[in-house]
This record gives sequence, C-alpha cells and structure tokens, in this order.
Amino acid sequence: MFTNTNLMEFIFGRLSWSSLAFTHDPIILATFVVVVIGGSAVVGAITYFRLWGYLWREWFTSVDHKKIGIMYVILSLVMLLRGFADAIMMRTQQAIAFGANEGYLPPYHYDQIFTAHGVIMIFFFAMPLVTGIMNYVVPLQIGARDVSFPFLNNFSFWMTTAGAVIIMISLFVGEFARTGWLAYPPLSGADYSPGVGVDYYIWGLQVAGVGTTLSGINLIATIVKMRAPGMTMMKMPIFTWTSLCTNVLIVASFPILTATLVLLTLDRYVGTNFFTNDLGGNPMMYVNLIWIWGHPEVYILILPAFGIFSEIVSTYSGKRLFGYASMVYATVVITILSYIVWLHHFFTMGSGASVNAFFGITTMIISIPTGAKIFNWLFTMYRGRIRYEVPMYWTIGFMVTFVIGGMTGVMLAIPPADFVLHNSLFLVAHFHNVIIGGVVFGLLAGINFWYPKAFGYRLDPFWGKMSFWFWLTGFYFAFMPLYVLGLMGVTRRVNHFEDPSLQIWFIIAAFGAFLIALGIASFVIQIVVSFFKREQLRDTTGDPWNGRTLEWSTSSPPPEYNFAFTPVVYDHDSWYDMKNRGYVRPLEGFKPIHMPKNTGTGVILSAFSVSLAFGLIWYMWWLAALSFIAIMVVSIAHTFNYKRDYYIQAETVTATENARTKQLAEQA
Amino acid sequence: MSNTQAATSEKPVFYLTEEHHPENSTNLGFWIYLMSDCLMFAVLFATYAVLGRNYAAGPSPADLFDLKLVAINTAMLLFSSITYGFAMLRMEKSDKSGTLMWLGITGLFGLAFLAIELYEFHHLIQEGATPQRSAFLSAFFALVGTHGLHVTFGCIWLVTLMVQVAKYGLIEDNRRRLMCLSMFWHFLDVIWIGVFSLVYLVGVLG
Repeated sequence: MFTNTNLMEFIFGRLSWSSLAFTHDPIILATFVVVVIGGSAVVGAITYFRLWGYLWREWFTSVDHKKIGIMYVILSLVMLLRGFADAIMMRTQQAIAFGANEGYLPPYHYDQIFTAHGVIMIFFFAMPLVTGIMNYVVPLQIGARDVSFPFLNNFSFWMTTAGAVIIMISLFVGEFARTGWLAYPPLSGADYSPGVGVDYYIWGLQVAGVGTTLSGINLIATIVKMRAPGMTMMKMPIFTWTSLCTNVLIVASFPILTATLVLLTLDRYVGTNFFTNDLGGNPMMYVNLIWIWGHPEVYILILPAFGIFSEIVSTYSGKRLFGYASMVYATVVITILSYIVWLHHFFTMGSGASVNAFFGITTMIISIPTGAKIFNWLFTMYRGRIRYEVPMYWTIGFMVTFVIGGMTGVMLAIPPADFVLHNSLFLVAHFHNVIIGGVVFGLLAGINFWYPKAFGYRLDPFWGKMSFWFWLTGFYFAFMPLYVLGLMGVTRRVNHFEDPSLQIWFIIAAFGAFLIALGIASFVIQIVVSFFKREQLRDTTGDPWNGRTLEWSTSSPPPEYNFAFTPVVYDHDSWYDMKNRGYVRPLEGFKPIHMPKNTGTGVILSAFSVSLAFGLIWYMWWLAALSFIAIMVVSIAHTFNYKRDYYIQAETVTATENARTKQLAEQA
Repeated sequence: MSNTQAATSEKPVFYLTEEHHPENSTNLGFWIYLMSDCLMFAVLFATYAVLGRNYAAGPSPADLFDLKLVAINTAMLLFSSITYGFAMLRMEKSDKSGTLMWLGITGLFGLAFLAIELYEFHHLIQEGATPQRSAFLSAFFALVGTHGLHVTFGCIWLVTLMVQVAKYGLIEDNRRRLMCLSMFWHFLDVIWIGVFSLVYLVGVLG
C-alpha cells in the first residue's frame, strides 16, 4: 500500500485540482460564484459592523437553550434553501427532458441532486428545525431555566452544523453520493461507488448524528427531571409530550443508523463483507437495519408537528384540547408502533406472505391513533371561538392535506398494491404529501406561533397568508400529478423520459414547484417585512395569542433565566389556569439565579470534526489522525474545567423584572 | 407562604419563592446514553446472528477460537469490574488513596484484557482469518472490536479521572464522574458476557 506513495499523495490523498467540481460544470461554477460573493458579503458585513465578538460571546458559545434553538432554526432555513434549489432543478429537468431533449442535467449530476435533496431535507432541514423548536419551547413549557446539560446542547448544535458543512463542501470539492438518500449497498459499496460521494454522505451523517443523539438524551433528561413542581406527566403540555416521545425515538433509533453506517464504512474502507454480493455479505441486512432507523425517523419528524398543531388548535379555538389523555395515549402508541413497521418499505424483498402481512397490518394499525388525533383536533375546534390567525391556516391546511397523505399511505401498506406502486412516483407523492402536509406545515405554523415569544414581535400576517396559500396550492400542483404518474407506472429517480404523453403531468408538477418557491419567498419576505414593522407588531404582553401554557407567562423575548421564580403547576393548561385563578406576578424578593457559563469547546470540537471527516473522505490520513488527537485533547481538557456556572445577581434580576413591570403597566 | 401571597391566602401558590433545585439529571442522562450504546451493540449482535454462519468456504469458529484464552480474557474483565466495585466502596468511605489504588488495579486488568484481545486478533490475522475473509469474520471483528474500542476509551477515561481525583480530591463532581464511569465499565462487562456466550461458546460448542 505504501510502496508507491509520493509526497503529494501523502498530503492530499485523493484530492487534486480536478476534484474541484466547479472546474468542469457550469451550473456548479455559477453556484460557486454566487456562494463566494454572498459569503464574502456576509463575512464582510459582520467584520465591518464588528460583530464577530458579539456573535462569539452571545451566540456561538452560548449555552442558553433559547439562543441554541434559534441557531438551529436559522441553520435549518439556510439548508431549506439549498434543498429546495435541488428540488426545483429536478422538477425543471423532468419537465423538459423528453424524447430528443436531454434536459440540462446529465445522470451523473441528476443522481447527486436527488440524493442531496433527500439527505438535506430530512437531516439538515427538518431535523434541525424540529430540534430547534423543541429546544426553544420545551424548557419554557415545563417551567425550567435551561436544559439538563447546557454545554451538551451547544455541542449538539455545533455537531449538527458540522454535518451540514461537510455536506455543503461536497457541492464544490468532489461530488456527492449518487445512491439515493439511504445509500443502499451494493450500489453504495466500494465497487460501484468508488468516489468520495458516499464518503461525504457517511461522514456528514455520522457527525450530525452525534449531535442528534446527544440532543435527544438531553431533552429526555430535561423533560423527566426538570419539570416545575406539580407538573405530573399527565399535566405536561401536549407539545412537551410529543417532544418526549420524539426524543425517545431519537435515542432509540439514531444509534442504529450510526452502527449501520459504521458497517458500510468498514465495507468501503477496510474491505469487509457485510453488505457485499460475495463472501457471505448480505445487502438486504443493510436495507433492514437502515429502515429500523428510518421508519422511526419519520415519526421523529411528525410527532412534534402533531404537538404544535395541538397547541395551536386549542389556543386559537380558546378551548382546552379535546381528549388530552387520548392524545397522549395516541402519541405513545404511535411511538411504539413506529418500531414494528419498518419492513413495509421493502415488501418486494420477498420475505413471504406471512411476514409481509404482519408488517402490512401493523402499518395500517398506525392510522388508528393518527385518526384519533385528527378527530381530537376537529372536536377541539367544534364550538370553539376560532381566531383565524396564520398558524390556524397552516393547521387547517394540514388536516385536509395530511388525511389524503394518510390514506395513500394505507394504500401502500397493502402488500399486493405495494408490489405495483413500489419505487414509483406514487410513493414519492405519498411521502411528500405527509412530510410537506404534516411536518413542513407544522413547523411553519410553529414558527409563526412562537416567533413573537422568541423575538418580541409578531410576524406580519399578510405575507404569512401569502406564504400559506402559495405553499398549499403549490403542494397540490406539484404532487397530485405524481400520484397520477405513479399509478401509470412511472418510476422515481429518472432524469429522462421517452413517452411524450407523460410530459404534461411533469409540467404541472414543475409549475407547482414554482408556486412553492413563491411560498418560500413570501416566508422570507414575511420575516424581513416583520423586522421593519416590528414596532407595529410589538408584543409587550408576552402573551399575544391568549396562550395556555407556561411559555406565555414570560416576557417576549424571555429573560436569560426564563422564570425569576419557578412556577407551580396545577393543570396541563397551566398559564390559562393561572390567569383564571388570579395569578399575581411577583414584584419583589428576587434571589440570585444559578446559571451555566458559556463555553467555546463545542465550536472547537465541531471544527475538528469537520477536518477529521474531510481527512477521512479524501484519504488524508495525517489530517484525520491529527484532528482525532485534537478532539481527544480538547475533550479531556474540557473536563478539567470545574467552574462552569455563575450567579445572576439579585439586583440584575430585579432590574429585568422591573423593566417588565413598567412595560406591562404602559401597555395597560 | 410568601409575602406576596400572604394577603390572599386562599389563592393557590403559583410560584416558589425559594430557589428551586431540580434533581441532578446526570445519572439518568448517562444511563440513557448507555442504552443508546446498547442499541449499537444490538445492531452488531444482530448482524453477527444473521451473517455469523456465512463462512464463504473459510474458517469457522470451531477452527479459530481458543476457549482457554478467551476464558482468561473474560476473567480479566470480570475481575476489573470487581475491583472497580472496591474503588467505589473506598470512595464511599472518602478514602482517596484507596480509591486511586483500586482504580489503578482496574485499569491494569483492562489493559490485560486489551492485550490478550490484540494477541488473539493478531493470531487470527496471521492464520488468514482476516475481517475481509468472510461475512462471519467481518461481523466477528466488528462486534468484538467495537467492544475492545469501548474498553480502550474506558481506560483513557479511567486515567483521566485518576488524575482528576489525585488533583482535586473526591469532590462532588468527581464522585459523579466515577459513578458514570462505573456504570460504563459494568455495562461493558455485561456486553462481554453476551459476546462470550453468543460468539465464543455457541461458536465452539454449539
């Protein structure tokens, strides 16, 4: 192995000038130029306004769950733009590439795009957004001052970011996987994917996975141990419940992904035979393992969305949630069932009628608790005094859309039907139906709902409604044609078609994608417009929607310590209960508050993780080894720091609380 | 109860006026981490269970494993768990040097375990039973090797903690850390019992 090694190969491994993707692809070159210009503009602006110190002290090193939550959301929205750019490129390609027209994306490039789209949307858009909202909201809802392990929280965020950075590097340096978002072997093995694409995939997900797992552990411990006195399990807000179940799913499924990817890594790097075609390897083992993670993963995404809708429905209907207990049970049942349905992703494996029947039936059973939830939301609205604010638009759009997606899901759960529909565009339409109609709508509703809490002013409703209508109509235009095409037998992941009669459907789908683009643009405009109109939209009460749970009892934005005094809880709508039973805000007697100190260790470890991954991807072993040693040294050094906390002085707390008292008085 | 609430004593108390100290979450958090680690081992065990008989015309467990050697190895790890227990008992008595001594002995047992394992791996590879030879050997090396890596990290952690105990004494933070490492160490023991039974005993005798 080392006989013909020369110095350049030792230093740069597989990396060479021709690895730079923009040197031979005009599309990537244009993207690269835009990113360089945009990136320089941002860096230049931060430098010009001397914000580096502020960002480092107040944000990057912060262990405050609220700031970390906001950083997660920003990360996810940036990655949404990247993932959506991939989507619109695919839709355009499929709309034009018929007959003699090859379109503008050759298979080599197209395959990378659909892989990147899936990976980015799931791992780096939906996951950080879910985690970000949970991070922001859960401690406030349970009356805690932070999460159980504040440093770990910061570290988790930076590991997720490191994963995103690794994936983004692949756009310009080298290539990304051409295997689809789950990288099935043997295609993803060393024989059929010898390049760096799959390695970018593996290390990007492994690094981000560390963050995800640790953040799951952190939030479970937080919810179990840090609830305010009186908040028994059945008095937790429903969003906290769904977050708890989601984090249990994270901790119980991400290690499976990690271990599975380790085995794939060994196959690629060491030449083992786990998933190869010869010497006893079994590729279907990978497919089973990856879906034992993958199916819980979709519930990881949807459960918090269910929680958000529950909070929104009861808030804007001005009623207690209908069937709180049944909602909790439904959530827990879904959590458990999500582990025994994984095989429905590959009924065509040929495991026999009995096995397929079992997994088909368990899959159909999941629709029962989910249906119960839909009815609970409807009954909550029934005879409620409904206020049609933007989050409520999203909720109603969700209920209609998600039911359609759920029904096509039950169709796919029937093994004989699945044999026809497997790997067709019908499947693509189905999972976009539930992920956009469920997860994305839910998260956008959540952003609109909690934005005033995080920033102290509401989001502009006009642009919010524009965004909603473009997303909703765009979704239907984009994906209903795919159902039709799927029923006609068109398979997924194809970049060119011969049959001209199919083209009209793809053109309609592309039109839908452009409507969604307008929806995303409206959302960005909404944020910008709201920023400029912030004085008009200001929320001085801390409770702009007449909320029901504890986060609305704080100021908007909440003080660093969340609650000057720990609240005592009697009901699951505890803030509503407090308002009804004559709660008086405490005005004196404040005590010093014990808080965790900021630390830069998370940022440093994440940076070394990127260089470790880069070294492993490009076979630059010296870089990998040095980075690994650095990670160990920094981690161990960090444990020698025992002074990780400080006190917010009572005077500071008093001053903060007095300012709020004044604000409330002015507004009254 | 409090000053602000005194005037309206019939109203419920909506907040605590004293500093609220939630229970420490570290033990729970670490235990959940161990369960997540346990799932990684579950994947490796499952992989071994599925692929463990795919010898690809290569050697089988009966050809390769030396039960006597593995029994000695197992003894090393089990003894290290006992000595770790002694260290924790010394810690309860606030006996710093006793704790350090037993931690040191634990570390030596851990290193002995690793040395024997490395010898075994070396021996297998010399015989041509490399991880690349068959799916059985891939699964074997992955499972046993992952356990070995865990023990290696456990040893590094152990040394770090010994330095910290020597430097700062048996303070609250260090006691908590010793407790976590204790859980980790015993957890690896339990995993090894699974490896020993499923891989070695079933492989040679079954």
